[in-house]
Formats: sequence, C-alpha cells, structure tokens
Amino acid sequence: MTGTHALLEVKNLHVTLTGDRRRRTVLHRVDLAIPAGAALGLVGESGSGKSLTARTVLGLLPQGARVEGEVRFDGRSLTAMAPAALRGIRSHEIAMVFQDPRAHINPVRTIGDFLTEGLVTTRGVRRAVAEARAAALLGEVGIADGARRLRQRPSELSGGLLQRVMIAAALLTEPRLLLADEPTTALDVTTQAEVMAIIDETRLQRGLAMLFITHDLALAAAVCDRIAVMYAGSVVEELPSGHLSDAEHPYTRALMASRPDLGGPGKKLTAIKGRPLSAFETGPGCAFAPRCPDARDTCTTQHPALLPAGSGQAACHFPHHPRAAAGAAERSTSDA
Amino acid sequence: MPEHTPGAILEATGLRKTFGDFTAVDDVSLTLTPGASLAVVGESGSGKTTTARMIAGLEQPTTGTILLAGRQPPGPRARTTERRRFAQHVQMVFQDPYTSLDRHQRIGDSITEVLALHTDLRGSARTARMTELLEQVGLNPQQAISRPRSLSGGQRQRAAIARALAVQPRLLVLDEAVAALDVSVQAQILTLLQDIRRQTQVAYLFITHDLGVVPHIADEIVVMRQGRVVDRGTTTEVLDRSQHPYTRALIDSVPRRGWKPRRRPATPT
Amino acid sequence: MSTYQIAALGRGSTRLGRLRGLIRGRCVLIVAGSVVAVTVLTAVFAPLIAPYDPNAVDPTAVYQPSSSAHWLGTDDAGRDILSRLLYGARSSLLAPALVTLTAGLVGTALAVSAAWLGGWYDRLVSALLDIVFGFPGLILAVVVAAMFGAGLTVAVVTLSVAYLPFIGRVVRSAALRERQLPYVSALRMLGVSGRRICLRHLTPNLLPLVLVQIATSYGYALLDVAAFSFIGLGVQPPTAEWGLMVANGSTGILAGRPEQSLYAGVVIVVFVIACNLLGGSLSQRLLGDNR
Repeated sequence: MTGTHALLEVKNLHVTLTGDRRRRTVLHRVDLAIPAGAALGLVGESGSGKSLTARTVLGLLPQGARVEGEVRFDGRSLTAMAPAALRGIRSHEIAMVFQDPRAHINPVRTIGDFLTEGLVTTRGVRRAVAEARAAALLGEVGIADGARRLRQRPSELSGGLLQRVMIAAALLTEPRLLLADEPTTALDVTTQAEVMAIIDETRLQRGLAMLFITHDLALAAAVCDRIAVMYAGSVVEELPSGHLSDAEHPYTRALMASRPDLGGPGKKLTAIKGRPLSAFETGPGCAFAPRCPDARDTCTTQHPALLPAGSGQAACHFPHHPRAAAGAAERSTSDA
Repeated sequence: MPEHTPGAILEATGLRKTFGDFTAVDDVSLTLTPGASLAVVGESGSGKTTTARMIAGLEQPTTGTILLAGRQPPGPRARTTERRRFAQHVQMVFQDPYTSLDRHQRIGDSITEVLALHTDLRGSARTARMTELLEQVGLNPQQAISRPRSLSGGQRQRAAIARALAVQPRLLVLDEAVAALDVSVQAQILTLLQDIRRQTQVAYLFITHDLGVVPHIADEIVVMRQGRVVDRGTTTEVLDRSQHPYTRALIDSVPRRGWKPRRRPATPT
Repeated sequence: MSTYQIAALGRGSTRLGRLRGLIRGRCVLIVAGSVVAVTVLTAVFAPLIAPYDPNAVDPTAVYQPSSSAHWLGTDDAGRDILSRLLYGARSSLLAPALVTLTAGLVGTALAVSAAWLGGWYDRLVSALLDIVFGFPGLILAVVVAAMFGAGLTVAVVTLSVAYLPFIGRVVRSAALRERQLPYVSALRMLGVSGRRICLRHLTPNLLPLVLVQIATSYGYALLDVAAFSFIGLGVQPPTAEWGLMVANGSTGILAGRPEQSLYAGVVIVVFVIACNLLGGSLSQRLLGDNR
C-alpha cells in the first residue's frame, strides 16, 4: 500500500553510526509507508533497528550518524529539512510515547506543569484554560480525577498511570502521527491491555496515524492495520495484520510460533534457535539464513530483495504459505 | 509449628509480611513437591515478589512459617555457614539480567566461585563441571571468559540460571525471570527451563505477571491480589475453568490471535 | 540522496554524546597526562637532570637573574632555583601521594565495611567521617603540630585523616547502592561469605570510583602539603619543596627579586590544574562506562 497519499513515507533508508572508532551500519534498508489515520506495527527483536528507525524519522539520531534515503512526512522531506523546521514538526505534528515514562518526565515538577508547559509557553494559552484542557485529556485516557492528578508529582503515580499521562501529553499538541516505542514493555499485562486500549481508542477517534514499535507480534497485530517485521536492520516482511497466519517469511512465522500464550496445554512453544544478528554482522546472504529451518545454498550467498509475496511483501528467496508447511496443524489449534 | 508433610520440599503456611502499616502479604500458604512447578501470578503490588523473597530467605516473614525439606530456612541476617548449608535447598533467578550478575566477573568465574564453595571439585574437574553447566543452559563454553556486558539479556539470564544450578538446588525461585526479555527470547528461556526441570527434577516457583507464559512452565497456579491468594488450582483448571473474575481479567489481558485490548471497568488505583 | 546530521537531543542519544565527550576528554587527558608524567619523571631523575646541587650555597651569587649558568637564577643563598624546583618535585609529589593513597585505602575499607555491616558500626563510621569533614585540614594540622611537633610525617598523617571523608563518604553511598543490587542477594543465597562479597565483588566494582576520588583529591592534597610547608609546619628547610620555596622567596620579593616565589608558585598551579583535569577526565572515562 505504498500509495501517493501516505502521511509518513520512509524510502531506502540506510543509516550508519560512528561507534568506538568504526562506522557501523545500523539500518540496511527500510521502506515504510503509513497512510493518514492508519497504524503500522514495526516488530523486531532487540537490536533489529526498529527504535533507530523511529529516531531517524524524528531526526533524533546522534551526531556522526549518516542517513541515506528519504523520510517524507506529508510530502515534505524530513531528511532535507533544516533543524528548526524539523523541531517544529516534532513539537506540533509528530508525538512520541516511550518505553520508560519516568525517564522522560521531570520528577520534581507536577503533572500539571508537565502537561501545560508547552501550551502556556509556546502557544500562549492561558494557564487556567490549559489546565482545563489537560484535565479533560486525562479523563479521555482513563484518569478520572484529573484535577487532583495535575497537582501530583510523577513519583506519586504508578507506571501505568504515568504512561497514560505521557499519552495525554502526546495528544495535547494534536499531532497527526504518533510514534509509540515499546510503550507497554515495562508494564504488567493487565496494565498493558488497558494502555493499549486507550491508545487504540483515542487514535481511532482522532484519526491519528501511528507507528507502533514492539517486540511482540501479537500485540502489534491487535492494534495495527499492517505489520512490518524487521531483522538485522532491514524490513523482511510487510503485510496486513489480519494475514499474519499466512506470513510468507520464515522469520515472521518463527516469531509467531515463539510467542508464549494461552494456546491450550497442547500448544508447544517453538523457540527460534540462536541469537539475532546485528545489522553490522550480516554477510552477503539473507541475514536470517543461519537460524532459518528452510535455508538453502542460495540463502547464504544472495541477499533477498523485498518483493511482493502473498498479501504483502517479503524478502525471502523461498517464501511459502504455512498452510502447505508441516506446522499447519499446530497453528490452527492455537487459533481456536 | 505446623506438621511436616513427608516429601514436600516447600511448605509455607500462613505467611504474612507487613512494612509499617502496609500489609504486603497476607495469609499465603504454598506447598511444592520435588520436581513440581508452581506459578504465582499477580500484578505489581500483589505481594508475589515479597512472597518469593521470603521463601528465598531474603526477607523474614512477619508471621507464618516456611519449611524447606522440613527445615526452617536461615533468616536474612544468618551466618555464612548456615546460609551455605541452605544454598542447595533454594536458589533464585532475578528479573533483571543486567544487575543479577557481578559486572566485573567473568561468567565462568562466577560459576567456579560457587563450585569451589559447594563441591570438592578442584582444578580441571571444576573447569569441566563449569563447562558442563554452561552447555546445559545453552551457552558456548568459550563464553566462560565473557563479562556480562558483552552478553545479551537472554545470555545473561542463562548464565544466572547456570550459576544457580551449580549448587544443584531442589527449588528454584524464578522472579519474573523472563519479563525483561524479548518475546522470542522468552520462548528460548522457557524451553530451557522445561528441559532443565526434566533433567534435574528441580522444582520451580515461578513468579510472573503474565499468565501467557504459565502454561509453558507450570503445573499449578496461585493467583494473588493485594497480598492475598484469590484463586488457585492446576494450570488447566485455572486457565480453562476458573470463574474468578480477577483470574478472567488476567486471562483476557494476554495478547493472542484475534485479541483486542480492552479497558477494565474502573478500579481504584 | 541526502545526508543530515542533527545534534544529540534527548536521552536516547547519550551513546554518541558520550563518545564525543570521550574524544574531547582524550585531548585533555593527553595534555594533562603529559604534564603530570613529565613532572613525575623530573622528580625521579632530578639527580641526573639538575645542573647543581640544590643545597649548594654560594654567597657570591645571591639573587642572580636568569643566565646561561642559572637558567632561572639563584635565591637568597645563591642556590640554583631550577635545581631546587627539580629536586623539590620529589617531596612535593610524594607527600600528597602518600596522603591520598592512605586516605583511599583506609577510606574504602571503612566505607565498604560500614555499608555492608550497617547498624551501629555504620552510624559510628558516618559520624566520624562527618566530624573530620567539618574540620578544616589546616586547622587540624596546626593542632596536631602543636602536640607532636612540625615535620613532614606529622603533616602526611594528619592530612591522610583529613582526606578520609573525601573518599569515605562518596564510596560509602556508592557501596550502599551497590549492595542493593540483585547480584549481592544472589551471592548471599549461594553461601558466599560477607567478607568475600566485600573484597571480591563490591570493592572491585567500586574501584573506578575510588581511583577517580584519589585522582581528584591529589591536587588539593598537594596544595595542602605546600601550604603546610609555607607556614612552616611541613617540610623543614633546607630541603627543597615547592611550598617552602614560595615562603622562602618572600624575602626576595621585598628585595625586588620575586623569581623564586613566582616560579615555585607557577609550578604548583600548573601541576594542580593538570591533576584536576586528569582526575575529571578519568572520572568521565571510568565512571561514564559503568553508568
């Protein structure tokens, strides 16, 4: 769905960072497109480059980073934009929610200060008006006694509540794109369900587009229209989230099979052997080949390109439908 | 003192722990037989970690008794010799693999340090046992010379498991041992723990907030909320048939195929 | 294709921010390190480099200006100032080294044992460190010198005590944090003795911090030793020592020949600045890695 109307478009993104002396490739090739109001789940293991992709979109890469390719937001190229203009986009049009809310909030200021500061100082909204808006937003993210919460400090709030405050803060600027980087990884599953529900509802109500970054495929599938799976600095598969069970790439299927869930006592957990490669460790072939159960000779020598396969695109020399594969029975039981 | 059930390796009766006015754990009783696996499930603040720490001997219960193979564990302030004698009854694996290993110590050294204390193995025999333990947890013997910082989260958790296994404990307390790991790495560690239990007959007390991992690790479940046990039974009973609304809420929050996140009816926080 | 670079912003960019600091820190490290290394080498090889005996009095060549014979001139007794500076490096450098190393060793032992044992022992150690911290080192030294007489040994012992809190207080609070980490609980459950946990696990992990504290205190200790000698309580004449040379040169200032005080003062200032820069840069490198 790489339509011309995509709100966020990432094309041919290649990023290198200067490490301790050496240049390291951290993103090989990332192509993404998020139409206005749609949600894309960017899924991968630690070190796959999913968070770096988000940082590149925001222009938040460290100094010495070299970016090739293009990031377009609403038709404007972010990669060619002056830092001041980019800051404008970051503060008004793209909002971000991070994994650890406590690291992104000043512990000695009140929640009210945190939420209203931007409105009061940069938009000239009157303080009372800003507070009323903040309290209303807190209500929207499921915090009923907003007026009281505004006077509290971050340390008085649980992780789940604080993450809702961060979501409220993200919505306050009325952005068009929400970048959520593992927003629920540090939370209990019950709180995760609630925070994800809030993100999902408010997103749909406001027609907000979202780039949702997570290591949990099932979680991404629950709140996103499409899924892009990353491995070792490249997107290896991109498909509608409803079609995950027909995934073409063996890595996507392996990720599905390795998710511990309540699939009943008969469901066996199939772990992916070995450890994920980093982008700079990849050789000439497919980065997943060393761990792939179906790898053949070609896989270790030739790099697969991202090509249309099934209901999306996959970077695999031998994509196939799981229905034809041996694991079909297992998958259908876990569906029930 | 309660009577000792023959065969039980853990009997905790009427455990209660208060911190000032706050009751963290209230009347919790647990029993484990050799080689069994019990999951204690609850949200943060449910008292599950305090329960685990009391059983591991890191906290003293305010009231209630703990018997490990019929004997009372030494308290948190006990002498080294007492703690050393008790080490093979219970060991613990912690949530954060980044702080549960000494950052300056090589992985191999952290295991041989334990072997030196608890076995008669010396020299090459000790190294051979260390290598065997690394292999048992799926680490490459060459990683013995690695320091924690050069290992991934999953590898560190494997190393922490190997160190705990070095004393051949009869009970392993796993406190959110997979919570900090990627979903794909969780699967690896859970499979590893399944294999180890089959091979060694070690029993597990598995503390978690995520019911999703429980069927892959435990035979029985205890559900805790606000310091009390609210539901218990075998894994299948609880997951398939529990009528308890809180257990249902926990089950409903596990992401899976076709799952949609839902807001819970307002609960006081 | 476009290339853009944006300055590090926010938390996630600390890795490269730290890298930049490391490179910048490295220049400082090289310059400061060279100054310190050259000074230490001159102290060690003073007998080989110094053109004259530092104590050779020459009544015929008092207050000579700099010349090819005496590069930095001579003092009120006709002694070669350059030779005295070179020899002076020996006691000037050694005394603060003894002070900081003793304070580092004793301070770390007190701090780690207090953090580990807790209870009344911890309260006692903390109270003692606080009391010493409240006492200005120089006043303490004057009191001690009044009781035991002046001299380098008294100065070093007194200053070692005065410097204990600078190491002890910082290391104790770090040790308290360290002992809360799960690996310490794990070691206790494995039956590792408290003594071994302290010596083999806590102390090595705190060592970078101890080194940084020693390095940053060294410059101050050098100033204090020099001040001791300046007021006549430290190194006794005619031994060459920088602080003493500043004091000794004061008569020359009145005679319109400030060279001796000036040169000795400049040497002290340059060396202390180099020490502090080195300490700061060490702290960035050693502690930046661990946090």
